[in-house]
Amino acid sequence: MKNSLKITTPTDREIVITRMFNAPRELVWDTMSKPELLKRWLFAPPGWEMTVCEDDPRVGGRFRWAWNGPDGPVMSMTGVYREIVPPERAVRTETFEFGCVPQSGEQLATLVLTEQGEKTLLTLTVLYPSKEARDGAIASGMERGLGAGYDRLDELLKLSPGHRLSAFDLG
Amino acid sequence: MPTTRLDATFTALADPTRRAILARLAKGEATVMELVAPFKMSQPAISKHLKVLERAGLISRGREAQKRPCRIETQPLAEANQWLESYRQLWEANFDRLDDLLDELKKKPKKS
Repeated sequence: MKNSLKITTPTDREIVITRMFNAPRELVWDTMSKPELLKRWLFAPPGWEMTVCEDDPRVGGRFRWAWNGPDGPVMSMTGVYREIVPPERAVRTETFEFGCVPQSGEQLATLVLTEQGEKTLLTLTVLYPSKEARDGAIASGMERGLGAGYDRLDELLKLSPGHRLSAFDLG
Repeated sequence: MPTTRLDATFTALADPTRRAILARLAKGEATVMELVAPFKMSQPAISKHLKVLERAGLISRGREAQKRPCRIETQPLAEANQWLESYRQLWEANFDRLDDLLDELKKKPKKS
């Protein structure tokens, strides 16, 4: 069965993503830190290709990754590693660029992998420079046209009494 | 997407009592007094929550002077839901690909 994804907005400037994976922590860490594995899943819809321009995974090291679509460059992500504690924790700055347009400022991403038996819980916290930047990042998911989205409202409204109705808890 | 409206929606939804009130109203309209009993709160406290929900457009109140039954309004919820939904799909797609990759890696004999 598929593990559910949860996205919450605990503060005005944050997005927190949590997701369980049916794999040991070392393996999950590898897929998050080794560019040859990362390019297999991160923002890799059909027709996209990730090219690693630069990667120096140690504290103070810089990375620069870029994605090409069928019509050429789509976006890039650059930043600096602030903390790396394999296989459990990584903190880095991230700046996205779409085409030639830089995104509104730098965001701070904290990845935490927690062992839960044979499984691994991923918690990714992204802190944006402002509420506007955070909202913009969420809105960009829409602009990229990743499907009109099915309406989960029916499910929300089917909740039994005592159950929390939460638009934050979409997992 | 009107951001101020979204802000009002999320502020209103940030409180567990207000979410519970909405869940109750999703089953049908109710008067303030009908809401007071199950929530074990005073009438002024419930009324305060209802005002926040009403201002956010999440509920509307009937015109009947005495009872003024509350009913849920689904449009702001749908907007709030949609706002995060596309973002959620983006990550869901990422992590579905990652699931496949992890399955593949688990099958491989471990290299030392």
